[in-house]
Amino acid sequence: MSIEQRVKQFIVENFYVSDAAALTADTSLVTGGYVDSTGMLEVLGFVETEFSLQVAEEELVPDNFETVARITAFVERKQRAATG
Amino acid sequence: MCGIAGCVALRDRVGPPAREDLVAMVGALRHRGPDEFGLYRDARAGLVHARLSIIDLATGQQPLANEDDTLWVVFNGEIFNYVELREELVALGHRFRTRSDTEVIVHAYEAWGERAFERFNGQFAIALWDARAEALVLARDRLGVRPLYLREHGGRLWFASEVKAIFAGAPEAPRAFDPVGLRETFTFWTVVPPQSVFEGVTELEPGHVRTVTRGRTVDRAFWTPRYPAGPGEGFGASLGVAVEQVRAALEQAVRLRMLRSDVPVGSYLSGGLDSSLVAALGRRAKGGRFLTFSIRFEDAEYDETAYQRAAAALIESDHREIVVRRQDIAAVFPEVVAHAERPLLRTAPAPLFLLSRLVRDAGAKVVLTGEGADEMFAGYDLFREGKVRRFWARQPSSKLRPRLLERLYPYLARSPVAQQALARGFFGRDLDASARPGFAHQPRWQSTASLQRLFAPEVRREAERVDVTARLLASLPAEFARWSPLAQDQHLEVRTLLGGYLLASQGDRMLMAHSVEGRFPFLDADVVELANALPPAYKLRVLDEKHVLKRVAAGLVPEAIVRRPKQPYRAPDALSFLGEGAPDWVGDVLGADAVRRAGVFDAGMVERLWRKCRATGAGEQLSNTDNMALVGVLSTGLLHEQLVRQAAAGGADLEFRTHVDRLAERGSAPLERQAGSA
Repeated sequence: MSIEQRVKQFIVENFYVSDAAALTADTSLVTGGYVDSTGMLEVLGFVETEFSLQVAEEELVPDNFETVARITAFVERKQRAATG
Repeated sequence: MCGIAGCVALRDRVGPPAREDLVAMVGALRHRGPDEFGLYRDARAGLVHARLSIIDLATGQQPLANEDDTLWVVFNGEIFNYVELREELVALGHRFRTRSDTEVIVHAYEAWGERAFERFNGQFAIALWDARAEALVLARDRLGVRPLYLREHGGRLWFASEVKAIFAGAPEAPRAFDPVGLRETFTFWTVVPPQSVFEGVTELEPGHVRTVTRGRTVDRAFWTPRYPAGPGEGFGASLGVAVEQVRAALEQAVRLRMLRSDVPVGSYLSGGLDSSLVAALGRRAKGGRFLTFSIRFEDAEYDETAYQRAAAALIESDHREIVVRRQDIAAVFPEVVAHAERPLLRTAPAPLFLLSRLVRDAGAKVVLTGEGADEMFAGYDLFREGKVRRFWARQPSSKLRPRLLERLYPYLARSPVAQQALARGFFGRDLDASARPGFAHQPRWQSTASLQRLFAPEVRREAERVDVTARLLASLPAEFARWSPLAQDQHLEVRTLLGGYLLASQGDRMLMAHSVEGRFPFLDADVVELANALPPAYKLRVLDEKHVLKRVAAGLVPEAIVRRPKQPYRAPDALSFLGEGAPDWVGDVLGADAVRRAGVFDAGMVERLWRKCRATGAGEQLSNTDNMALVGVLSTGLLHEQLVRQAAAGGADLEFRTHVDRLAERGSAPLERQAGSA
């Protein structure tokens, strides 16, 4: 499964999204109501364990976590930085 | 206070109402009025009444008629200015048989027709049957303190204080959830009248009167809210004068509610400003023993004991307390839902159910509460939040302006950068829409509406036929756009959360579950008019909420209460249903079979939610969304089991104190009246 699929699957399951098709890669997770402030900590926990990353506090910003696409890009960047 | 119900034929050849249907209806309402029962029936209409005797204990029975028995009334509530109205009516030549406020309604209607209702300062749901004209008139108080539900079925209009009575009267009529009502509930926390959560059932809108004659039904507003709509309108005097006038209006509102009762009146004490002020004024209005009642919480996070006791000590009341634990909330929740008759997203009604039981066990029947102060005098964070977001919207790129949010939500200042960024994303959405109606409410509505992702596909499809937010915003008064932003926010709050949740699920239903009447001085007609007329800055002064009210309260309530930041009333939500000691029914209601039977939610999603809550529940890290989702799913399931799947039980063993059956009397004149002789 791709990173994007894994992220999306987590969102769909953890935030009980019955209409998975309505959640696109660019759906805003916060303003869309899927993820509230506590929920964002759940996303953070998932990203760190699933992809074996450390997320610094200053990285936890909407630019990195607003949508499935942004989370995916963030994870890819972090993985490249770790291996590169 | 009481329960009322009845039915009327909407066309010819429907036949008279069955006596057993009327008995079943009043039987379903006996918790609202256990003291006496009454019934009236003729060839076209039937009225029933369950009485909680408060005014004119000896002769205030219902149904009650005019001098020549052609106009009959059943009535739930109080007309607080009935003494003054009675004097007026006597001067006009009307003769009274009783000392009750009920009889005033009959004569007022004879004298002034539908214009009578706007003269009533009270909380009421009324059904008047004009047997001669064959017209039914239904009316409901300005803000919807008292409930009144309606349903057309089998050629009749059925009406009742609670839906369960309508279901009991016509058990053969289908019972089902209305997806649009569910969508409203999972957006606003409540339906907005006339919408209900049950298919075919509607609610008479507050401040409205409905007239039903053969083949014709007319709804009309007898009251509409008014706020200053331009320069020169509204209250023009100084803040000091406003403080004096608000104090005087509140004193009068409390006095009416203390003295217009033939049984003792006590007060709730939450520990906040509003109920402390009401209790203090109540204590002064009438000498003798004064009972106050408080909810304490075992969880320190929700508890306000110290403030409650300080207020009780200052006014020297006879103070009673109940300590609420999580397992208490879980234990009564099914009953709470059955009384609320709508899905709940919070458990906060449950402690109020337990509190009214404490009142009843103390032998009291009537309490004052502080409900309405936050809406009339701008107490909610939502109003402050709206003000900050509008200020921010005037310069959306400002980094400084959103920091005012930290004044509202101090935890933000202490939160990690990430939380702050998130909060800015949340509160900063749609800033370009700051002039549009509903701007302040949209973040809350949108995040609640996201819970609809749990809906089963067919429910979502049905629900989406109506854009409930657009419908609400399209129904606003014509002057709405000319009101101040604060007035707009207040009005929307009154239309949604006050009427449908605070006065219903946390108010009337929890009080009446134990036959206790609530009285709400902040919703007094004169207090409301005055509060609405005040300039916004008297209510919300910069970011100081209820400013004018705090000045009124100074010296009357403990200073610590005047100065403390507002604490929203909350109770443990999902945590009540998790962990050891959680009742077995929780798992049953969330199980796939029950979820599919109720047909509202996707069983797979509920399973995921339940698994997540159980996994994280012990750590108490449940998000706000998970809390609302779990309580919402549970309450919807309980509602289905208790009201949709089965009809309410009837009342076969009732004894009627008033029993006027025109059909039984046919051919045997004169009318024999069994009431009022004792």
